[in-house]
Amino acid sequence: MLVNRKLILAHFWLAFAVFGVALTLGAWQMFIRSPLGTWLSNPELYYRSLTAHGTVMGYVFPTLVAMGFGYAISESALEQRLVGVRWAWTGFWLIVAGSIMAVIPIALGRASVLYTFYPPLIGNIFYYLGVVLVVVGSWIWVALMSINLRIWRKAHPGAPVPLAMFANVAGSYLWAWTAVGAALELLLQIIPVAAGLKNTIDAGLARVFFSWTLHAIVYFWLMPTYIAYYTIVPRAIGGRVYSDSMARISFILFLVVAMPIGMHHTFADPQVGAGFKFIHSAFTALVALPTLLTVFTICASVEIAARLRGGRGLFGWLRALPWDNPMMLALAFSFVMLGFGGAGGLINMSYQLDASIHNTQWITGHFHLIFGGAIVIMYFAIAYDLWPHLTGRELIDVRLIRTQLWLWFIGMVVTTFPWHWVGILGMPRRMAYFDFADPAIAPQALSVIFSAIGGFVLLTSGIMFIVILARGMRAPQVDAGAYRFAVAVHQPATVPVALNTHALWVALMIALTITNYGYPILNLATTGTSVPAVYVGAQ
Amino acid sequence: MSARDLFSLNNPHFTRGVGIIAAILIVTAIAGFIVLPFAQPWIQFANVWDAICSAAGVVQRTATVAAPEETKRLSDVVLTSHTLSRPSQEAIGRGATLAQRCAICHGPTGISRADSPNLAGQYAAVIYKELHDFRSGARSNAVMSPFAVNLTDDEIADLSNYYAYLPRLPAYHPTPQLPKPNIVIFGAPLRGIAPCGACHGSLDNKTGSPWLEGQSEAYMKAQLQAFAEGERRNDISQQMRNIARAMTPQEIDAAAAYYASQPPDVVKAVD
Repeated sequence: MLVNRKLILAHFWLAFAVFGVALTLGAWQMFIRSPLGTWLSNPELYYRSLTAHGTVMGYVFPTLVAMGFGYAISESALEQRLVGVRWAWTGFWLIVAGSIMAVIPIALGRASVLYTFYPPLIGNIFYYLGVVLVVVGSWIWVALMSINLRIWRKAHPGAPVPLAMFANVAGSYLWAWTAVGAALELLLQIIPVAAGLKNTIDAGLARVFFSWTLHAIVYFWLMPTYIAYYTIVPRAIGGRVYSDSMARISFILFLVVAMPIGMHHTFADPQVGAGFKFIHSAFTALVALPTLLTVFTICASVEIAARLRGGRGLFGWLRALPWDNPMMLALAFSFVMLGFGGAGGLINMSYQLDASIHNTQWITGHFHLIFGGAIVIMYFAIAYDLWPHLTGRELIDVRLIRTQLWLWFIGMVVTTFPWHWVGILGMPRRMAYFDFADPAIAPQALSVIFSAIGGFVLLTSGIMFIVILARGMRAPQVDAGAYRFAVAVHQPATVPVALNTHALWVALMIALTITNYGYPILNLATTGTSVPAVYVGAQ
Repeated sequence: MSARDLFSLNNPHFTRGVGIIAAILIVTAIAGFIVLPFAQPWIQFANVWDAICSAAGVVQRTATVAAPEETKRLSDVVLTSHTLSRPSQEAIGRGATLAQRCAICHGPTGISRADSPNLAGQYAAVIYKELHDFRSGARSNAVMSPFAVNLTDDEIADLSNYYAYLPRLPAYHPTPQLPKPNIVIFGAPLRGIAPCGACHGSLDNKTGSPWLEGQSEAYMKAQLQAFAEGERRNDISQQMRNIARAMTPQEIDAAAAYYASQPPDVVKAVD
């Protein structure tokens, strides 16, 4: 029962609108630093664009998708009207205000600090305040998800929480806690300097705070995708979820081990002790567990669908799958990209191997493949699946949808595979231009050209996506019926309290944050290693 | 089942969940803080506690290693965003009086006829830093050093504010404007050279870097050569020495000639 459709549509439309803008900037960036473009006479323009691209793609776009999808899940999985609609709109408008506030200084060149802030670089204070507003807006969503679940529990004592809502709330808790790191960095470190109250900053401490956010934020981006794997795909292709418990275990594992691992982003930083780096590296390896569980469960669920459709044999059932169904296509593409991206991730999380690719284009290739590829393609799938229920109109052009998904997949592979390759060859990231005329890097020119072409394929696909959704707003009206989620082979009648509530796992998440981050933060905060701030765009 | 039952030793999910996580944490901690530090044969630890502290990132100051002797003085100027902010009219006036002794080389309007830098409208932070460096000996020049050595902190600040206050005028012997050479627009990415304007004002200004438009060609060339040879060393993190060392003599000539030919009004204004 989707009642507040306008609220959900507003989140999705804003998300996809800003996504379109940031995607265009991204394609321009790929082009301008490839051998196809002429060098920028002002590299600052590149960093301006990069900051806008990262801020939108990292903070605004996925947060809005998670929020809109979260509201949809809350209403349809719990079958109760959303409580706190006015608050939800407040959160939405805070994100609108925050985004505008952040984008203006970026456009003026006053905040070209990239979305990861990179202290001691300091930009205009309104950029940081804008990001804070976006986060505060999303925290309202976190609170609403928790409150709505609580209301449902009161009405259904002891009943198993629907899987989609259980996972959705787990994702919201993960976000609430992981955003605290960046919030501490902004409030304690960056904003006082940007406001002119201080002129030195402890860059090392700030980076540790940011690593608290930086890795688990990826799993927050991932949550809607995993929810779609478990609760949309099996239903859409006519199958069943292989195991409801396995799904719950995957989500609680994300809650526990996604958080205390961020220091693998600071392997090259001298301010963190090697012992803590090792612990974070080991816990990062554990994150593979919920992902592998998910891959297994979803493959099993898909096999169920194939066998129900008459598929036979050890692998012969693969042919029986509904490959013309966009949801099937999106899942397959997402898994392929997740596989390659995950394999690359094993290099990044290894303390030793990381040294060979740290701060190279490999890293940008990696997170574009995982986030832009495996995750975002499922955002598309979520939107396609929800759209008829939100608009009351049918998305007729299935062929266009399939083309769009194919193009996104091809574009992402063509973009990111050469990107990884030049990274291994040592090409650094965050550069406005490269001198491809120099014999030292001339052989990399071809790879970079492929990458840039891939960027334009992605842009084409992104435009198609927005066109499909916009046309869907004017298509003939249909009754899409109630929005349903996939059911499990064995729908749970009762669920152990540990798998039906989040308290234990949230407690473990916080405890591990304290053990893995407590001492390094305390140590850096008490040793006083501040350096002068470097102001961007101002004397 | 209530929350009390969840956090109970009778709940196998609780005991196993917490137990497994705690076990992983303990095993990784032992490996990271004890086993791996001792596995590095090139580092000697006095005892286990020493190894743990090292792996935890405790800053260790060993007194046995002597700091290298300072052979040359380094710049010790501290510039913050407040150092020279909002000078009073009196301060500028005092600076004007003091500046009379500078006029013989730097010109009565701050425009030099003697291949010395033009100071009119230069960033205050730049004059402040260079005067401090001349006074401390971090930078030395047979003519400038004796002038700077007797200046007080206040006098240096007043002089900086006065020159920054003067309007930027065209150079005394302006030459026809030259086209931008590549070294100025793009730098040389593979040699680690940023575009000059990234610090020197036309794209962005990094505190302490002067704008260069209309300055004497001979002066700029001499400074680049001095940086390249290590004779001038008051750039704190060797920013200019690293750049000048990587520049070819032709690039030095081209950059100096280009900047000398430019009017100073293209420089980014100070906030």
